[in-house]
Amino acid sequence: MSAGALLLWVVIPYVALTIFVVGHVWRYRRDQFMWTSRSTQMLESRWLRWGSTLFHYGTFLAIGGHVIGIAIPAAVPDAFGIDEEGYHLISVSAGTLAGVLVLAGFVILLYRRLRFPRVAATTTRTDLVAYGALTVALVTGVIATSGWNLFVSGYDYRETVAPWFRGIFLLDPNPELMTEPPLIYQIHALSAWLLYAVWPFTRLVHAWSFPIQYLGRPYILYRRRYAPARTGGG
Amino acid sequence: MHVKAQVGMVMNLDKCIGCHTCSVTCKQVWTNRHGAEYIWFNNVETKPGVGYPKRWEDQEEWQGGWELDRKGRLRLKAGGRLKKLLQIFWNPDLPEIDDYYEPWTYDYEKLTTAPLSEHDPVARPKSQLTGKDMSIKWGPNWDDDLAGAPEHALRDPDLEGLGEQVKLEYEQAFMFYLPRICEHCLNPSCVASCPSGAMYKREEDGIVLVDQEKCRGWRFCVSGCPYKKVYFNHNTGKAEKCTLCYPRIEAGQPTICSETCVGRLRYLGLVLYDADRVEEAASTPDEKDLLDAQLGVFLDPEDPEVRAQASRDGIPDDWIEAARRSPVHALALRYRVALPLHPEFRTLPMVWYVPPLSPVANAFEHAEPGDPDDVFPAIDALRIPVDYLANLLSAGDAEVIRGVLKRLAAMRSYMRRKEVGRRPDAGLAEAAGMEPADVEAMYRLLAIAKYEDRYVIPQAHTELAGRLMEQQGTCGLDFEGGPGNCGAVPASEPATNESFMLTDMAEGRMPAEAAANDEPDDQPLRLNIVEMLERGSRAAPEAEA
Repeated sequence: MSAGALLLWVVIPYVALTIFVVGHVWRYRRDQFMWTSRSTQMLESRWLRWGSTLFHYGTFLAIGGHVIGIAIPAAVPDAFGIDEEGYHLISVSAGTLAGVLVLAGFVILLYRRLRFPRVAATTTRTDLVAYGALTVALVTGVIATSGWNLFVSGYDYRETVAPWFRGIFLLDPNPELMTEPPLIYQIHALSAWLLYAVWPFTRLVHAWSFPIQYLGRPYILYRRRYAPARTGGG
Repeated sequence: MHVKAQVGMVMNLDKCIGCHTCSVTCKQVWTNRHGAEYIWFNNVETKPGVGYPKRWEDQEEWQGGWELDRKGRLRLKAGGRLKKLLQIFWNPDLPEIDDYYEPWTYDYEKLTTAPLSEHDPVARPKSQLTGKDMSIKWGPNWDDDLAGAPEHALRDPDLEGLGEQVKLEYEQAFMFYLPRICEHCLNPSCVASCPSGAMYKREEDGIVLVDQEKCRGWRFCVSGCPYKKVYFNHNTGKAEKCTLCYPRIEAGQPTICSETCVGRLRYLGLVLYDADRVEEAASTPDEKDLLDAQLGVFLDPEDPEVRAQASRDGIPDDWIEAARRSPVHALALRYRVALPLHPEFRTLPMVWYVPPLSPVANAFEHAEPGDPDDVFPAIDALRIPVDYLANLLSAGDAEVIRGVLKRLAAMRSYMRRKEVGRRPDAGLAEAAGMEPADVEAMYRLLAIAKYEDRYVIPQAHTELAGRLMEQQGTCGLDFEGGPGNCGAVPASEPATNESFMLTDMAEGRMPAEAAANDEPDDQPLRLNIVEMLERGSRAAPEAEA
């Protein structure tokens, strides 16, 4: 095992994850005020309608695909009678759909941000970083899923990328696995760590605030200015 | 019965001269910051007119407030919780900045730095969104004093159904001013629409606030408020709204808009209400019954039983006394001359209005003052159509407006006779359904309007904070009669979406009440350094020169 492989496939992931976790804790504790989606809908709504909707729903689909393909071992679909060929068919078609949705949404959002001065004026440097990291992850992901499978030759990442990724979290990293995949898969994997590392410092943090608790909440909320005074000498 | 106190406001529209002093002082205090340039917590609209944002009153367009479903149950007009979460990436009902106006400043510096030239230098308008040159197409008071009325005024949603009654020719036109702030509703749809739970109503005084630290910028409060009085700060990405100047209210002082009102038309005081009956009142089937339903939620502080229950519910004695002297309670309930703005939105608003009478004083001067039968028919000959006021203040019920105008007209005639040395005519008061003593008391409140009668605001009780040092790290619900656990809701009432109201007592500690609202933008405290550093170098020029 070379030092390069160790750096790329073990050190970088753990550094990125550490930044991800510590960064989020730090930001959540000291910066509730800027923890927001920082929506620009009121500045421009027409393009956002399609851009944002396609991007977000496409992202949900893509995340779901990654969970099924990477986080869940190949043995699980096998047990349900889905062999490599069947899995491949599903992953390429659903993955391509997700990729097209996300990419279309992303391009619309990017165009909108550059085209409309009102939106452009709200762009911060951290937004550019987030856009940059997303661009790399997205483009390499779409090429790997659709381009590679449709135009080059299929690649079974469930033999290499997936176990390596799981190994990181099981504290049993195996960098050897990642020397084998095609370059596009390697870049895509690395881009994910870049994304995780910048995540806590950008507006991407709003993802963790998706208000699912709203579904089970009473409508009207009251708050007291102070805790009630204790009575009875307590 | 569960008694709560609410700080309410009444504005006497007869006295508003449309000077915008309230708006300007409010802006100087609260929204004089980057990102809030277009935000007016207080604004004054000319009626008829389209308003700010344009046509905000048309809920078929904006979907704000509440409605009843087929089974008569109260629900948010824009849709329920699931629908909101599905539309969270793009809110179909959100106004755009151009529905308000694009804020601008002028390039004043050019006036002093321009080199000597044949022509005078010009201060060009610069957009406060982009910092670039712009041409001004609309502003916060574009249709002030009916400016451009032939083009705009007929788009006023309140004119619907009035047809021939409304003429915009100069000789026949009517207008009056409508100052607006947040309604601090008893049944606030903005609070209900906020997915993050960042908006809340204060237990003690009913003020509705946005917790700036919990707001995540999902912007459903902006579209959920039918009065369009929650705004989106495009710099911070958070919602902001009128705070009813809570730091002043807590100190027993009137809000800035009230304090600086030149016409002295604003009244502030407490209303006691029964929190248990709010939902039922807001669910009243017929829109025209909503006024009475809301009046039914208010409690009479002269009733000893109400006072005893208020005391048991933790309302301090001096607050109960203040509620007895409340001008808001008097104008809304005792004299019945104040009316809620658009009660049909079903939010049970708490800023009420005395409808205007004055542009048509002539109609009464010509009537024989001694004969009530000659005064009252004139009400329908008023220049401001009764039906228009009804669309604005009583869900279209013209009888309610007639009753209020009758009482106001009777007060004028009664007092005029008294002041010119003739015998006061008790018959005038009786014809309007009032006692002579009430007429005179109402006159003192409306016409003399002493400072201490207009503002009856008890100070907040900081001593009720209890022994804070002792309570550090303990459970906020561990008090006598309390549920005794740290859940957010009493054990008898599980936290499902079936329970309509939640007393968020888990917030036992003092919450960061709209903390950032009054923090100036350049204060580095508790702001993210990464993103905030960049805000200094932004294109948009500083707000006011």
